[in-house]
Amino acid sequence: MSDLANSTATISRESAITCRGVGKVWLPDTPRAYEALRGIDLDVKPGEFVVLLGPSGCGKSTLLFLIAGLESPTEGEIRSFEKPVTEPAPERALIFQQAALFPWLTVGQNVAFGLSLGGVPAAERKQAARDALQRVGLAEAATKRPTELSGGMRQRVAVARALAMRPKVLLMDEPFAALDVQTRAKMQDFLLDVWRDSTASVLFVTHHIDEAVALADRVVVFTARPGRIKTIVPITLPRPRDPFSPECAALRIALTDLLKAEVDAAFAEQEGL
Amino acid sequence: MSISTLETVGRRGATTRPRALGARIRPIIARIGWTLFSLGFFAGIWELAWALGWTNPRLVPPPHIFLGNILEQAQFFSPTLRWQVGVGVAEQPDPFMAVLTTVLATVGRVASGLALATALSITLGLAIRRFLFVERLFLPTISFLAPVSPIAWLPIAIFLFGIGNPPAIFMVFIALFFTMTLATIAEIDAVDRNLVNAARTMGATRAQIYWRVILPAVAPGLLVVLRMNMFAAWMVVLLAEATGVGSGLGQIIMLARNTFNPSLVFFTITLIGILGFTSDWLLRWLQRRFLFWAPRETGGRDV
Ligand SMILES: Nc1ncnc2c1ncn2[C@@H]1O[C@H](COP(=O)(O)OP(=O)(O)O)[C@@H](O)[C@H]1O
Ligand SMILES: [Mg+2]
Repeated sequence: MSDLANSTATISRESAITCRGVGKVWLPDTPRAYEALRGIDLDVKPGEFVVLLGPSGCGKSTLLFLIAGLESPTEGEIRSFEKPVTEPAPERALIFQQAALFPWLTVGQNVAFGLSLGGVPAAERKQAARDALQRVGLAEAATKRPTELSGGMRQRVAVARALAMRPKVLLMDEPFAALDVQTRAKMQDFLLDVWRDSTASVLFVTHHIDEAVALADRVVVFTARPGRIKTIVPITLPRPRDPFSPECAALRIALTDLLKAEVDAAFAEQEGL
Repeated sequence: MSISTLETVGRRGATTRPRALGARIRPIIARIGWTLFSLGFFAGIWELAWALGWTNPRLVPPPHIFLGNILEQAQFFSPTLRWQVGVGVAEQPDPFMAVLTTVLATVGRVASGLALATALSITLGLAIRRFLFVERLFLPTISFLAPVSPIAWLPIAIFLFGIGNPPAIFMVFIALFFTMTLATIAEIDAVDRNLVNAARTMGATRAQIYWRVILPAVAPGLLVVLRMNMFAAWMVVLLAEATGVGSGLGQIIMLARNTFNPSLVFFTITLIGILGFTSDWLLRWLQRRFLFWAPRETGGRDV
């Protein structure tokens, strides 16, 4: 009995990311103070795929930056595997809308960059970079320059660079938003493959409802400014999901309704500016 | 589909390999050809004006005259050599060596000033962006002095350093330092924040961010700024040599003026032109070879 209680406790405590009452005011104590987030409570389980959905400007990127440890919340607390987040750590990899590859390095050197920071020997680094590129299907591209690659390939290199650090959480900030529709669909399939082969959790920001429906275990819907969690929609459909299935259509309609009020609010505010 | 696309598709997987030798050489030959043609064209007009008797050959000797008696011109370079290294009056140094020594004296000053200015301006620029008190201490003064023409510093150079190499090196330094410090700051501000953020999430220390992200990110832009200010550097070094130093190409120009020797003026101008052209070509080569991620749109057409 007590054993069971204990094990339940362990499971519920074992959370990849925990946010408790997280709020963020940019430029606090200045006339330009801007409240981007308020009262965020969120748990991401190990291996879970969580999508953050909301109108632009509602603080989704801000939340990812806080979780990555690049910025500190002005309120509340963020923990990762029980440890308070105070600074960036390789176990929480962040991927941006633009791949943010170093243009002066080759693809292989980009992927090995994080390992070289920690002084991993060159041979080991090379092997790790090769493995990571293999996993994203770009084993041949190691000696190329980032500028020689297409947008989709660059984004896959960014994923490989993250994977080389063996992250426990992948934070992705609208990673496919800059890609054309066909490439984006391919990249979603690719990401699901990578995610399935790993044990990492994914926290994925988007403002595309279709993308949220295709990817998520749970969709976290945000309100307009200041960003709060409006509701969380679980999706239990098996993957790969047929976007034309009635279930997906129903989800899209439900999410569109949820978002509509927020998009209107965000729009009204922007017009008021 | 254009020919170039076809070519790329046909050779996929080999795109990183250098292009065929012929294809690489052809544009270079064309470029050299046009350079020679351009120079030859205007030299030709000049020669024509001389042949038709429109210009006074004693005042404006055409190229075949001032280049034709190189040996005669070169003798004027030797006194400077004697003055500089203390060779005995009886020994007549090889005229070619005399020209070379003079040219190298000038080039050495430009190179020293350039190296000094580059190292210090990058260091100061980084420090200004890193420490607020450094910014508050230095930035206002630097912004204040940056628009001042380096020529205005010439008296200061002489007051401070007298004659010899230091005032000339100082002048080159001044011509580059303020602008390059401001450019370093601007380049740092323009660095894609997410490159820094990416490095930080991978566990980069502050020093690693400076050495492995910021420096490579700002280097190409700084080289462009350096290129644009190279001409100013050549200008002020001649000025310093003409007034204070006593050797170098600037002093030869001065000598030519004082002895009323137009041929020597034009011959020296030719040398200076070649030097400026070569140094610009060298910086461009550096840019292509080592800083290939440079934004190409800045700093004029890349011909
Ligand atoms: N570094 C920053 N400094 C000041 N304000 C910021 C900063 N980053 C974001 N903001 C502001 O926070 C708000 C939310 O931005 P963001 O998190 O990027 O929204 P989203 O990613 O949902 O579009 C925006 O109004 C933006 O101007
Ligand atoms: Mg965003």
